[in-house]
Amino acid sequence: MAKLKLALYWAASCGGCEIAQLEIGDKILKLAEAADIVFWPVAIDVKYKDVEAMPAQSIDVCLFNGAIRNSEQEHMAKMLRDKSRVMIAYGSCAYEGGIPGLANLYNRQVIFERVYLETPSTENKDKVMPQTRYQAPEGELVIPEFYDTAKTLRQTVDVDYVIPGCPPEEKTTWLALEALLEGKLPPKGTVITHNVKAVCDDCPRKRDVKRVKKFYRTFEIIPDPEICLLEQGLLCAGIATRGGCGAPCPQANMPCTGCYGPVDGVIDQGAHFISAVASVIDSNEPNEIQKIIDDILDPVGTFYRYSLPDSLLRRARIR
Amino acid sequence: MRRITIDPITRLEGHGKIEIFLNDAGEVENSYFQVPELRGFEKFAEGRLAEDMPQITQRICGVCPEAHHMASTKALDDLFHVEPPEPAKKLRELMYSAFYVTDHITHFYILGGPDFIMGPEAPVAERNILGVIAKVGLELGSAVIRTRKQNHHIIHMLAGRAVHPVFGQPGGVSKGLNEEERKEVEQIAKDSVEFARLSLKVFDDIVLKNKEYVDMITSDAYTHRTYYMGLVDKKNKVNFYDGKVRVVDPEGKEFAKYSPRQYLDHVAEHVEPWTYIKFPFLKNVGWKGFVDGKSSGVFRVAPLARLNAADGMATPLAQEAYEKMYATLGGKPVHHTLAMHWARLVETLYAAERLLELSQDPEITSPNIRTIPTATPDEGVGIVEAPRGTLTHHYITDKRGVIKKANLIVATVNNAAAVNMSVNKAARALIKPGREITEGLLNRIEMAWRPYDLCLACASHTLPGRSPVPIYVYDSQGKLINSLSG
Repeated sequence: MAKLKLALYWAASCGGCEIAQLEIGDKILKLAEAADIVFWPVAIDVKYKDVEAMPAQSIDVCLFNGAIRNSEQEHMAKMLRDKSRVMIAYGSCAYEGGIPGLANLYNRQVIFERVYLETPSTENKDKVMPQTRYQAPEGELVIPEFYDTAKTLRQTVDVDYVIPGCPPEEKTTWLALEALLEGKLPPKGTVITHNVKAVCDDCPRKRDVKRVKKFYRTFEIIPDPEICLLEQGLLCAGIATRGGCGAPCPQANMPCTGCYGPVDGVIDQGAHFISAVASVIDSNEPNEIQKIIDDILDPVGTFYRYSLPDSLLRRARIR
Repeated sequence: MRRITIDPITRLEGHGKIEIFLNDAGEVENSYFQVPELRGFEKFAEGRLAEDMPQITQRICGVCPEAHHMASTKALDDLFHVEPPEPAKKLRELMYSAFYVTDHITHFYILGGPDFIMGPEAPVAERNILGVIAKVGLELGSAVIRTRKQNHHIIHMLAGRAVHPVFGQPGGVSKGLNEEERKEVEQIAKDSVEFARLSLKVFDDIVLKNKEYVDMITSDAYTHRTYYMGLVDKKNKVNFYDGKVRVVDPEGKEFAKYSPRQYLDHVAEHVEPWTYIKFPFLKNVGWKGFVDGKSSGVFRVAPLARLNAADGMATPLAQEAYEKMYATLGGKPVHHTLAMHWARLVETLYAAERLLELSQDPEITSPNIRTIPTATPDEGVGIVEAPRGTLTHHYITDKRGVIKKANLIVATVNNAAAVNMSVNKAARALIKPGREITEGLLNRIEMAWRPYDLCLACASHTLPGRSPVPIYVYDSQGKLINSLSG
C-alpha cells in the first residue's frame, strides 16, 4: 500500500496544536511508517512554491490548525484545500475560531489603535502603523493584510472532519490518525472524539441535583474536590461541551471552559450553555433571577470562549 | 539591487520572514526581519474577567503557555492584593522549573544545537536531531526524549494539562501535590540534574574542544555590545519566577533595577511600518535605531542576557558552570550571540537543581495552597522570565475585576531589534562580492537568529533532515536566480 501523504499547516494559532501533535510520543514512529509528511512548516522545508506545484488532490490528508485572520492564511487554506483529498480542521481555532476569535468583539482599526498607539509602553509620536505594502529605501516590503474578522476554516473552505480541543488531547489526535491510517473514515462532517456525549460523562465528580442560588467566580471559593462544580455554583461548561477529553480541567479543580465545542446536534454552543445555566437557577422570582444572572459579568468570554466566530453571533457589529 | 528572501521562517512565535537586499556590487545593503502576524490580545482582553487571563493569554504561545500562565497569575496576585501561601508559590516555581528543563533541552538538541554538534556547513540531511542522535549515540538521544516527556508529565500532573495548564489563581494554585506524586517529581528531578550535567559535557566535548567553533563564537560577525535584562533574586542571582528586573550596560555595570510595577519607567516600544512586531528599548537611553552600544536603548533578553544581568546562579552546580563559562569567554559581560547556547545549558542545570530542591521541600505537599482574595481589584503587573526572555503582563480592571486595559510585553519581542541587527551583521560579514552564496553560508546567517530561540515547535526529531528555512535569491527584476533550500 502506498504511504499516506500528510500535510500539516497552521494559521492564526499559538503553536499549541503542533505541540499536541508531538504529544502522541512514541506513536509518532508508527505514523512515520505509514505516512509521508509532505508539508509541515514547523519542522520541515517550507516551500510554498513546492506546495503550489503539487497537483490538485495529491495530498491525502491535511491537518489544518488556526483561525483565518489575514490574507496569507486565507490563501494557504484555499491552496491546501485544492491540493488535499481530505481537509481536517484541527483544534479549536480552525474549528470554531478559538480564543483569537474573541477579537471579533472589535475590528482591525481599534485593535491597531490599541496595540500601536494606545498601550502605555508604546512611543509612537508619528502614529506609525504597520503597512501591508511599504516602500523601504532598498525595495518594497510586504506583510499580509489583517482582516476585521477572524473566520473559521469551515467559513473559508469545505472541511471534511474536525478534531476538537485547545489543543486536542493526545488520545483524540491518535483516534483520528488511526482512523486515517486504517482507511476507516467516518461520514463526512464528523467531529472525531471518543465520546459524543458531554464532558460531564467523562467527569468523575459526583452529580446530584443542580439548584444554584449564586454563581461564584473561580477565585471566590475553594470547591469541594468530589462534587460537580456547576452544583457548587461555578460556571463549568462541561454540561454544554463535547466529551472525549477525559475532563482534565475539573480534575484539576477548575471548571471546563468548553474547548471541545458543542455536543452533536447543537449549532451554537454558547446558547446551549446559557440555556443549561438558566435551567439550574433555583428561583422563580424575576427579581431574584435577575440578581443571580447579574453576577455573570462576561457572558461572551464565559459562554463563547472558543466559539464566537462559529456561533450565530459571529462578531460584534462594526459601527 | 538583488534580494534574498527567507520566507517563512517557521520556528518562531508566529510566522516570520527575512529580506536581505544586496547592492549592485553584491554587498549587503540592508536586511529586515519581519513578523507578518498579529492577533490583538491587548484589545480583546478588554471585557474579560481578570481571573480568566492566565488561561486566555497563554493562547499567545502554545510552546511556552506556562510562561504566560505564570506572568498572568502573578499579575492577578498584584491586582487582587493577595499574597499566596508559601507552598503555593513553591508549587508554581516547581512546575515552572520542570517547564524550563523541557523547553531548554528542546532548543539545544533539536533546534539550535545541531548547527554545532553537526557543524554549520554539514550536509543539510544530517544537520538535525537525527544527525545529532547518530553522532552522540542512541542512549543520549533517548534520554533527550525521556527527559522532555517526564518533565511534561510533571506539568500535567500538577497543572491539569501539559499544553495550556489551568492551575494558576490569584492567591495560589488550584491543585497541590501528594506524597506519592512528590516522590515521582523528586526522581525526575534527579534524572534531570544528571541529564543537564551530561549536556554540558557534550557541549564541552563537541564545541569547546573545537578551536574553529570557539573562534566562530567569539568572532565579530556574531557579536553585539548591548544592554542586558533579566530577573534576579535578593542576592542578584538568576531567578525565573520572581524578583526584580535588573539591567546592566554593555560594560556589565548595573544600569537599572526595578519592580514589576515600575516597568513603564524603564521600557518603551518603538513601531516600524514594515512589520507587526514592536521594538522594545530602554526608555532612559532612547530609541536610536538598529544599532548597538551604550548610547542605543537596544537591550537583549533570554539565557545569556539573564546570566550577564545577574551576579551568579542560586544552585551550586549551575554556579560552577556559570563561572566556567565566563572564565572561558574572557569575563563578564559576554556579548557573543552564539554563547546563548552555552548559557541555556547553564540555566537547564539550574532549573533541574531548583526542581530537585523544591521537590524535597518539607512544605511542598502542604494542602495550604490558596488564599482567597478579599480586597477590591484595580491594577496589577506580573513579570517572570520566560525561556525566551523577560515577560510582562499588566492589567487594569474595574472594581469588579473586569479587564479595562491590558498591556503585554512578550519575551521574544524584547529581542526583536537585536535579532534584526544580528541577522544584518552576520549577512554583511558573510556575503561578499564574488563569493558564492551557498546553503552553508546562508545557514551561518541563520545561526545569527537561532540562538534567540525564536522557535515554535520541537518536531524535527521525527522528520527527514531538510532545511527548515527556504531561501530564494532574486535579481533586481524579481527573477528567481537561485534556490537554496532542501
